[in-house]
Amino acid sequence: MKAVLVLENGMCFEGNGFGYQQDTFCEVVFNSAMCGYTELLTDPSYAGQGVVMTYPMIGNYGICYDDAESVHPWLKAFIVHSLTEKASNFRCDVELDAYLQYNKVPGMEGVDTRHLTKVLRESGTMRGKLCYGENVDPEEVRKEILEYQPISCVPLVSSPESKQYGDGPVKIALMDYGVKLNIVRSLVKRGCTVRCFPHTATFEDLMAFRPDGIMLSNGPGDPQDCVQQIQELKKVYAYGIPTFAICLGHQLMALAQGAETYKLTYGHRGINHPVKDLSSGRVYITSQNHGYVVDEKTVDPSVAEISFVSMNDGSVEGLRYKNGKVFSVQFHPEAASGPKDTGFLFDMFLKGIGGSQL
Amino acid sequence: MSRRKEIQKVILIGSGPIVIGQAAEFDYAGTQACRALREEGIEVILINSNPATIMTDGKIADKVYIEPLTAETVKKVILKEKPDSILPTLGGQNALNLAVELEESGFLREHNVEMIGTSADTIRMAEDRELFKEAMDRIHQPCAESEVAETLEDSLRIAERIGYPVVVRPAYTLGGSGGGIAHDEDQLRAIASLGLQRSRVHQVLIEKSIAGWKEIEYEVMRDKNGNCIAVCNMENFDPVGIHTGDSIVVAPCQTLADKETQMLRTAALDIITELKVEGGCNVQFALNPKSFEYCVIEVNPRVSRSSALASKATGYPIAKVASKIALGYTLDEIPNAITQKTFACFEPTLDYCVVKIPKWPFDKFVYAKRRLGTQMKATGEVMGIAPTFEQALMKSVRSLEQNMDSLMDATLKEFSREEIAEKLHEPDDRRLFVIAEALRRGITIEEIHHITAIDLWFLDKVRRIVDMEKEISGEEMNRELLYRAKEMGFLDKTIGQLTGKTLEEIRELQRKWEIAPVYKMVDTCAAEFDAETPYYYSRYGSQNESNPASDRKKIMVIGSGPIRIGQGIEFDFCSVHSVWALRDLGFETIIVNNNPETVSTDFDIADKLYFEPLTEEDVLHIVQLEKPDGAVVQFGGQTAIKLARAIESMGVPLLGTSFDSIDEAEDRERFDQILHQCGIPRAEGRMVYTCAQAIQAANELGYPVLVRPSYVLGGQGMQIAYSDEDVIEHIGIINRVTQEHPILVDKYIMGTEVEVDAVCDGTDTLIPGIMQHIERAGVHSGDSISVYPAIGVSQEMQEKIVDYTRKLAKALHVKGLLNIQFIVKDNTVYVIEANPRSSRTVPYITKVTDIPIVSLAVGTFFGKTLPEMGYSYGLQSQKDLIAIKMPVFSFEKLYGADVNLGPEMKSTGEVLGIAHTYGEALLKSFYGAGFHKIQKGRAMLTVRNSDKAEVLPIAKGLFEQGWTIYATKGTSEFLNEHDIPTVRVNKIDEGKPDILDQITSGKIHLVINTPSGGNARNKDGYLIRRYAVECGIPCLTSLDTAAAFLTCVQNAETTQLSVVDITKVSSFLNII
Repeated sequence: MKAVLVLENGMCFEGNGFGYQQDTFCEVVFNSAMCGYTELLTDPSYAGQGVVMTYPMIGNYGICYDDAESVHPWLKAFIVHSLTEKASNFRCDVELDAYLQYNKVPGMEGVDTRHLTKVLRESGTMRGKLCYGENVDPEEVRKEILEYQPISCVPLVSSPESKQYGDGPVKIALMDYGVKLNIVRSLVKRGCTVRCFPHTATFEDLMAFRPDGIMLSNGPGDPQDCVQQIQELKKVYAYGIPTFAICLGHQLMALAQGAETYKLTYGHRGINHPVKDLSSGRVYITSQNHGYVVDEKTVDPSVAEISFVSMNDGSVEGLRYKNGKVFSVQFHPEAASGPKDTGFLFDMFLKGIGGSQL
Repeated sequence: MSRRKEIQKVILIGSGPIVIGQAAEFDYAGTQACRALREEGIEVILINSNPATIMTDGKIADKVYIEPLTAETVKKVILKEKPDSILPTLGGQNALNLAVELEESGFLREHNVEMIGTSADTIRMAEDRELFKEAMDRIHQPCAESEVAETLEDSLRIAERIGYPVVVRPAYTLGGSGGGIAHDEDQLRAIASLGLQRSRVHQVLIEKSIAGWKEIEYEVMRDKNGNCIAVCNMENFDPVGIHTGDSIVVAPCQTLADKETQMLRTAALDIITELKVEGGCNVQFALNPKSFEYCVIEVNPRVSRSSALASKATGYPIAKVASKIALGYTLDEIPNAITQKTFACFEPTLDYCVVKIPKWPFDKFVYAKRRLGTQMKATGEVMGIAPTFEQALMKSVRSLEQNMDSLMDATLKEFSREEIAEKLHEPDDRRLFVIAEALRRGITIEEIHHITAIDLWFLDKVRRIVDMEKEISGEEMNRELLYRAKEMGFLDKTIGQLTGKTLEEIRELQRKWEIAPVYKMVDTCAAEFDAETPYYYSRYGSQNESNPASDRKKIMVIGSGPIRIGQGIEFDFCSVHSVWALRDLGFETIIVNNNPETVSTDFDIADKLYFEPLTEEDVLHIVQLEKPDGAVVQFGGQTAIKLARAIESMGVPLLGTSFDSIDEAEDRERFDQILHQCGIPRAEGRMVYTCAQAIQAANELGYPVLVRPSYVLGGQGMQIAYSDEDVIEHIGIINRVTQEHPILVDKYIMGTEVEVDAVCDGTDTLIPGIMQHIERAGVHSGDSISVYPAIGVSQEMQEKIVDYTRKLAKALHVKGLLNIQFIVKDNTVYVIEANPRSSRTVPYITKVTDIPIVSLAVGTFFGKTLPEMGYSYGLQSQKDLIAIKMPVFSFEKLYGADVNLGPEMKSTGEVLGIAHTYGEALLKSFYGAGFHKIQKGRAMLTVRNSDKAEVLPIAKGLFEQGWTIYATKGTSEFLNEHDIPTVRVNKIDEGKPDILDQITSGKIHLVINTPSGGNARNKDGYLIRRYAVECGIPCLTSLDTAAAFLTCVQNAETTQLSVVDITKVSSFLNII
């Protein structure tokens, strides 16, 4: 079926529908990774978004269920230049098109995705609507878009009840704001028992588990919407338990400690983002997916120091807090998809726990 | 900034002559490195024996030594120049080997020369099989089960243990030279003994065969702080078993999910970290297609063919960044030249894919085995950029210039389905087309996968292209179908053929339906950041990014396409110099080319680079957008010349010589007329269209005759025929490709061949110098040793040559360059051919005379006269130097190819010997070309009866200089009669050990063999020559070359080799 993506600035991109072809609103963002779309589709941080892939041929290796970062896809639309007809990979479980149909994710192909990406880069992330059929009136649709208000997605993607993984000696309480499974896997692999708590969990809920450390997960949307969670994190910080935070977790902890966040024009989404470790001068290539960032100017040096910065735009990529217990990164050391170069941060976290236990 | 200030003067070693496995990519890397070093204020001393390169130009390096790439040369240059550092990782394997040799001998330490960039220890660890395996074991990186062997017995024992089939990989060789897959003991004996011989350290690796696995490459970089990045990954279309240089390669990887991708990326970074590489590095993996199992195939701690491809594929300048790292910079300090905003410490991301296809020389070597394996055979490559694999593949296919614009190979139609299925088992250069044909015959992609182990993803893409052929020819044309066909990469011409419509009808439909390509930028970052790079490719889409607006007049320069025999790096030299000259004159320059190895496709050479196929349609689209004020075709070889008529018909003025004049020189009848008018003699000849006419013409002219197609470069398809049978055979070969133009049959004149390059401003002509060939006419000029100045040609004849050149230039209305080949015989000068364009000898003559004829030619395009540009007409005065250009061949890589020289060019590259005396220059050129044994060796002589008298003084001379002469019966008896002692050797049918055993024994240092007329491939001579080249023994098939060799032998002992800085040529005394 014919498909049209209408943007809030009135621009239209035409293509062909695939996946579950039903009209949908979304916040349109682009991702520059050349592979790893399975991980991306199932990354809860993309909830509410329509993702444009800059790499043109998508679906080459189908969907491998083992690579999923959660139980099903969360994004609202998937926009590519060319959908691969025949996937080829020994692990392929299902073709991308069928997977999206089954999971009710609308898709569109045949788009000049580079053109669309440049529009997003220049005008910033925009709301849009993916529409199917011949009779789309862009002006009408645009009015609808301007009325559309994205909702906070953390409640949507966070698991409603707590779950436990692994049986290692180190107990980690993980706040699930929309956790990617590879954060859990990264901890379990290193000998942890991980208990995931829903986003509504209080500090007391976490502590009832008697954790050795706390992990704050990634998640979707504007961190400032997570008022309740920020309050709980103030208590976590005050208690002084070893805590490691990633992405949304990183932003929430910063907000809890008085810093502010702002929205980037078009975000960082891809697996080639260089960040500099300011303590060593080393640069690492990281996986990133965030539209908001901690404002450097609002980080109180007596509370935290900036540990990593983006080599591309100088924005804050990591914080080390002065209580000596909490550190956080904006990027994704768990990778999936993307480089595993910063996986050592999990080791650092666990080493910190070992130190505090002794 | 961590730039090491103590580094002030750096020696850079180039890669030497172009051979199979080492082509223009090192000129690209070396040129980029020189520029990167010089912008840091470093004095760059360059050593490279290859005069055709851009790097060996006074513009690129401060001092340039075009000298043999031997340890002796490098030592002399070090002693003379006293550099503080040597950068060995930008000149391929040759440079790496030389630097390690000097380091190991202690010479570098002794003279306080530091090896910068990757250290000698790292190079050893990566290159020495044993050390490498240990390093990989330390970091738990799996290598294919293998063991190093130093003897044949070792090899057999190891193979027995790990099980056949095994791969044999010699250590320290080019392009996997001498390796192969052995399925049993007999095969292993043959391959391993050769491999041991070829290896510089006499080591081969016997490795378990992993044929059928995916071959994946990573280009990675690391700095001294340990920052590591992966610039690009690439996947081979063909599975392991076919050399990556002979495989279709796609970037980025297509069939790997993120898990596999990251596994291999991490492995690659772990490996360079363990090896402590500082600079660029190539890591090759084999990946089991059915699991996560992988192994490391090899690691090259230097820039390579793959890194050139990765640079062009991503826009990331690997050689430049590697050079900065060598100076001490870290990746986070080096700006990203493309975005200007980000740093080199990032990983490029593509929003398109690139497909590279090798260019093979089998059109030149019709008898060579076309089968592909672990020994690379391609001479060059092309790349296509597009958002889909299909379009990128189709762009590459038509860039190959093999008369195919799609996957339809008409020659495969004659085979039955069974024969096609059978062909799938034999991977050769036609494989892609065979697969397409198999699909047309209803063989499924699963069946093809089963036979070839090529991933189903690739096969399905080929299927889509084949299905599109059917759809186009079977269905009524509509907008949607036409758009999809164009988007898939079909040319209008092909669509026309398939639909029965004319080209104009197809174009009209596109105008009506508004189907036109757009141009997108290669920006390293998939549009995430604003970029400035003027590097474009075409595709179909909704936004064009190439803005044609300009405040300057625009000139389009057509490049020369893939490196092939007869059209090599020389034309890239000319293209690049013309771009520079045009820029100096204030024009905006636009270059169109498709070769990823070259300097011309570096994004900062021209104001705009269109990385596109060089076909009429692709150029037309660029012309429609850019509307250039002029186009230059005379520097891009035959590739560009072929487009002359089309470009003129697009309304773009051709700068310099017009198409009509080009045609006048090419068209036999028109050219004859001009010669007649000018009173210039030429060999009598005829134009024919059929074999019968050819035979008739040959008999009228009298044998021997030259038979060749018209409108070709490099004497392609040219042969000497001695009989009617020869004529029939040659015409058959020529007609394998449908001829649009007549075939030429000329009387063969055996005289001295002379060549000139000249510049004409429309009024008169400048001739920088006359070059004389050592081999008599009949050996292709590109395969002849060429001497400047023409010391063997009398003053009177030289004057005649100059006179004819000036007359011809005028009569042909040449504006710009002109190359003429003459034969001098019995005080008569005959013209063989005249080509109003650049030639192979332009870089050579430019450098040795210090006359920038390309810039002068560009000046004449705009009405400047030569005197206005500061030059006089006529032959320029000679310098007090002799410069000898010597051809270099790659026969050992092309199994089955006959090595005897003839009118068809066979050499892949060249070296220069430059000195004050003929003897010294000649000696240098022989050394440069790889003749190691000059003094007191053992020579095998077998010549045909008619050559016996001529070989006598050569044999005598060699004997007197202490050489031992081996010869078979006839030659031996003849020499003995003339008091030259010989070691008598059995002919092939005379019982063992015979002449071939002698050659393989390793005792022989030189073979002189003259072929016994015609194309006698199955005769003993052919076997002798093949055995010689495969054992790495120089084989001379022309007695003129042999005589020149004798001159070297006679001079070797008494000649001290100097080193000459070519940038100082202008200060040499003029001798006239």
